Amino acid sequence: MDMGKDLVAASATPLVLAILAEGDSYGYAIIKRVAELSGGHLQWTDGMLYPVLHRLERQGYVAAKWSAAENGRKRKYYRITKEGRAQLAAQRQQWKAVDGALRGIWMQACTV
Amino acid sequence: MTTLTDQPLEEHIAQWRGYVRRRQALHGPDVEELEGHLRDQLAALTDAGLSGDEAFLVAVKRMGSLDALSREFARAHSERLWKQLVMTADADRSANTAHTETLVVLGLAVAAALAAKVPAVFGVQLSPDEELPPFYFRNASLFVLPLLTVYFAWKRGLDVVSGFWLVLPFAAGAVFANIYPFRPWGDTEMLTALHLPIALWLAVGFAYVRGRWFADGGRMNFVRFSGELFIYYVLIALGGGILTAFTFMMFGAIDINAAWFVGPWLLPCGAAAAVIIASWLVEAKQSVIENMAPVLTRLFTPLFTVLLLAFLATMAWTGSPINVRREVLIGFDLLLVVVVGLVLYAASARDPQAPPDLFDGLQLLLVICALVVDGVALAAIAARISEFGFTPNRVAALGENLILLVNLAGSAWFYARFLRRRGSFAALERWQMAYLPVYGVWAALVVVVFPLVFGYR
Repeated sequence: MDMGKDLVAASATPLVLAILAEGDSYGYAIIKRVAELSGGHLQWTDGMLYPVLHRLERQGYVAAKWSAAENGRKRKYYRITKEGRAQLAAQRQQWKAVDGALRGIWMQACTV
Repeated sequence: MTTLTDQPLEEHIAQWRGYVRRRQALHGPDVEELEGHLRDQLAALTDAGLSGDEAFLVAVKRMGSLDALSREFARAHSERLWKQLVMTADADRSANTAHTETLVVLGLAVAAALAAKVPAVFGVQLSPDEELPPFYFRNASLFVLPLLTVYFAWKRGLDVVSGFWLVLPFAAGAVFANIYPFRPWGDTEMLTALHLPIALWLAVGFAYVRGRWFADGGRMNFVRFSGELFIYYVLIALGGGILTAFTFMMFGAIDINAAWFVGPWLLPCGAAAAVIIASWLVEAKQSVIENMAPVLTRLFTPLFTVLLLAFLATMAWTGSPINVRREVLIGFDLLLVVVVGLVLYAASARDPQAPPDLFDGLQLLLVICALVVDGVALAAIAARISEFGFTPNRVAALGENLILLVNLAGSAWFYARFLRRRGSFAALERWQMAYLPVYGVWAALVVVVFPLVFGYR
């Protein structure tokens, strides 16, 4: 499934925040989790996650920390902040509204 | 976790890292983060059974195009597109040298500020109510330029013998600025004050190029440095003006006149120290920020060409002759200085190997217009020179006019050859560079000979 660029970009923030709400994580693991959650339908270009993470960090929704990974290299771990959780809740409301509206019209289309 | 001991793979990664590092929007930690990602990906792919090369291809492909990536990074960190002039050690230099340099520069700046106050110890006071003593005018360059030379001698690691030779011009400058019994505020005294810095600037240049005047395009670098220094100095001076205005305003608000501080302290000390600081900034920024002088050249070459053409056309149309007044000669001297500057800084930013383009044609047009305008002015002045008589100012202005005229005539010749593909641009550059000492020698001549010839008037 080829998903539009805008939709991928718009869904990136809530997805990343939701994944981080599950627990602290790092770039590669977040990408894997996204692929897992979407059943492979959401394919991000790997590199593109990092500007998103940096933007969220700058907005104060996530905090980052360098620490040693199990393979001995340094790795940048991200953690959701309080503001991030509030943002996640707000985005969740918005997506629910979109989802509800689409569901409504498509259910109708099915019944007609 | 699988190990990536695979040697070719490590080389691939190193190469990829090199590519990514070159992106301006991506900083060191970002590259490290992306490399960590690439390694995780590689480990997972080789675990899944791919060979090292295959895994590398897939991992890099999944990372996405570097162009798109650096665009996204630039959007997330828009400030990175504005190159910052940060005075911290970069990767190439150890933090230690940068720290030492900061201390040396600050030390020299303070020394320059103090040097500007040294005459006060010997009774030459600066006072806000009186005019500046001529002693200050004559010796202004001697307060700062020796220290600037020390900075470059230190920075370039000049050997002691060359350093010793560099003392001579400054010593000579100090002698000739002070032994002559000038008539106070006379012409020759003012000429000395104006020309001594030009002559001594050549000595600064000698230290700047590490004593190798003819090697490795050193002279051109010194020309670039001089242009940038001028621009930085003007910027610092503007800031200083604002600082001064606030000093007056705030102390004025509590009915204290700050003039006793601003006149004798803030202005001379600030002006002296700013030369050192501006030089340091230009040295530090060399590779960081675009040079400003060539940009201004590009901007003003067409405008000056239009001005000169309009002037010539108007003169031809109305037939009105140049009204020779006292300041006309100096005015046309300054015009030639500006045109020589435009030619010089256009040359400084040009790739000597590039073929002639429209801008080179424009430069030639500018030079020819300047030659014609100056020729007309000189003819008008020459016709009446007997009426004026030879005063020191007029002889100096006439000499400078001739020197600049010869320079521009040579430039026009080399430009014309270059445009007709008979010669190289390098020849023009060589001409300009070979001409540099002429300015210094003439200035030295004015300082040394004029007071004697004209009887110190």
